Amino acid sequence: MGSYANFRQLDYFQLDDQFSEDELMVRDTVRSWVTERYLPLAMEHFENGTFPMELVPELAELGVFGPTTPTEYGGAGLNSVAYGLICQELERGDSGLRSFVSVQGSLVMYPIFAYGSEEQKRRWLPLLASGKAIGCFGLTEPDFGSNPGGMLTTAVKKGDEWVLNGRKMWITNGTVSDVAVVWARAADGVRGFLVEKGAPGFSAPEQKHKFSLRASITSELVLQDVVVKDSARLPNGNGLKAPLGCLTQARYGIAWGGLGAAYACFDEALQYTKARIVFDKPVAAYQIPQKKLADMATQITMGQMLALRLGRLKDSGKMTPSHVSMAKRNNVAMALDVSRVCRDMLGANGISLEYQVGRHLCNLESVITYEGTHDIHTLAVGQELTGIAAFR
Amino acid sequence: MKIIACVKRVPTTEVQAKVAADGKSIDTTGFEYMLSFYDDLAVEEALKAKEKHGGEVTVLTLGPSDASKELREALAKGADKAVILVDPSWHTRDARSTAKALAAKIKELGADVVFTGRVATDRDQSSVGPMLAAYLGMSCVTDVVKLELAANGGNAQRESEAGVETLSFPLPAVITCDKGLNEPRYAGLKGIMAAKKKTIEEVPAQDVPNASQVLAVELPPARKEGRIVGEGAAAVPALIAALKNEAKVL
Repeated sequence: MGSYANFRQLDYFQLDDQFSEDELMVRDTVRSWVTERYLPLAMEHFENGTFPMELVPELAELGVFGPTTPTEYGGAGLNSVAYGLICQELERGDSGLRSFVSVQGSLVMYPIFAYGSEEQKRRWLPLLASGKAIGCFGLTEPDFGSNPGGMLTTAVKKGDEWVLNGRKMWITNGTVSDVAVVWARAADGVRGFLVEKGAPGFSAPEQKHKFSLRASITSELVLQDVVVKDSARLPNGNGLKAPLGCLTQARYGIAWGGLGAAYACFDEALQYTKARIVFDKPVAAYQIPQKKLADMATQITMGQMLALRLGRLKDSGKMTPSHVSMAKRNNVAMALDVSRVCRDMLGANGISLEYQVGRHLCNLESVITYEGTHDIHTLAVGQELTGIAAFR
Repeated sequence: MKIIACVKRVPTTEVQAKVAADGKSIDTTGFEYMLSFYDDLAVEEALKAKEKHGGEVTVLTLGPSDASKELREALAKGADKAVILVDPSWHTRDARSTAKALAAKIKELGADVVFTGRVATDRDQSSVGPMLAAYLGMSCVTDVVKLELAANGGNAQRESEAGVETLSFPLPAVITCDKGLNEPRYAGLKGIMAAKKKTIEEVPAQDVPNASQVLAVELPPARKEGRIVGEGAAAVPALIAALKNEAKVL
């Protein structure tokens, strides 16, 4: 077993004191599961470009799919800080693992819960919470990423039915999904639809040849005259603010996830440099490695405080999308920087998948781009500060 | 079926033990704790017994008030009740004193079967389990790796280097659990939420004076530094000579 078995999370400012006993129990449970069940498989799945689907029933049993969903719909009724800690621990394993769970919970269960009919909630939420159904979220298109409002996918009403046409891209879990939340332009604005696997004209071919998020399925969604009933439309989410509301949920989890990836890299580099001898001394005994460790520990600690405060704001109903923009932007960029420095500190071993740093480094190149690029979040914070939108 | 799992919190495996200033105890400053590995198996076996036979699982420990963390985890996994026999100087009790206090509480609660770990990973004595059986007048099988439990008794397998022994036993019984008996479950998130509603009873542990006294605690002697006799195939004769004449293992 690699160094991950002896993982010790950096907690320089004793922030563990700020969590409740059950929040810590949630964190420690997911942490043990990731160490014992996921990490032994991580290298192989990353190398093969596969997601460990065999672990989905265990993830469901743990309760990580939509854990903040009320218990009457199959969720665990956790608070948002606990959900953040779950994302943190899953991403300590791999960004692909966290992505799988983020999509299922924040991008599929959340819109069904927030915008769906009672019938849609009763049917889908228990199936998704128990992992008996997998979902995906189709907003991004080949030519519309940062500007989703420009989407070309259309929904045309014909009697009691809708006809969907278009293409979605970079869709996590698309190929393995039983249901896709598809956003399309209707005559009166953007609408969300639940498109089921096997619907005539609907396909989800896998996108191959990624060097990032390799242990995660990424797909296109192709919609060619796909006919769905009006009862498959999410009735309570109209306009672009509906999918953006889902993304706020997912980005919230990513702000915590970045910490998890950074913890894994930092701990690996710390253990490695203390054990590796060069010129008769551990690497960690030299000044340049110590400066790197001190810088990273400081950045991680600041990220921890940001995530914790963000979570408490969310649980008290005071969180805004601009708070999420700052936290996602900072914590993912921090994690990417940490992973690059740690990769370097492991020397040649840093490029081997036997260690974790290279895998996290490659993954974070996606995480800094998806769910709002680093630059777009920069401009979202800028808009919040100045009242002027600079991204148009 | 009334099922009790007796558990103990022990220092985590990363803890570096230091002898305290009195020379008779371990300095516990900065220790972090966890459930003893084998006691985790006992909790799992208790939950399995409940799933098969119905009834109620009570998790019982003797320790400080803040042992609630370890008990809360057992409640999250599905135990119904938890009891701490509170004793701030729990770690200085000898096995007999601990077993007597636990047995008194078990007698009060009533039990068809009591599960506990084969050994606690701190003191390494393997004593409390069999002592419980003796004080309670129950049958006892130790170091169990396979168990078939029925309403009135069961069959258990224990393993040693000499082979596998299969025994039958009547209830009530004390079973001490060994590695291989089961694979402890994770506390699901729903279970963690449900455990918040369960209460942990705290009562003072019965005062039982120790029968044995610790006279001294010493750390094992530091290992002698190794010696390199040479490199490659050329070093083999010197190595063989050293193994024959110095280590005397050849």
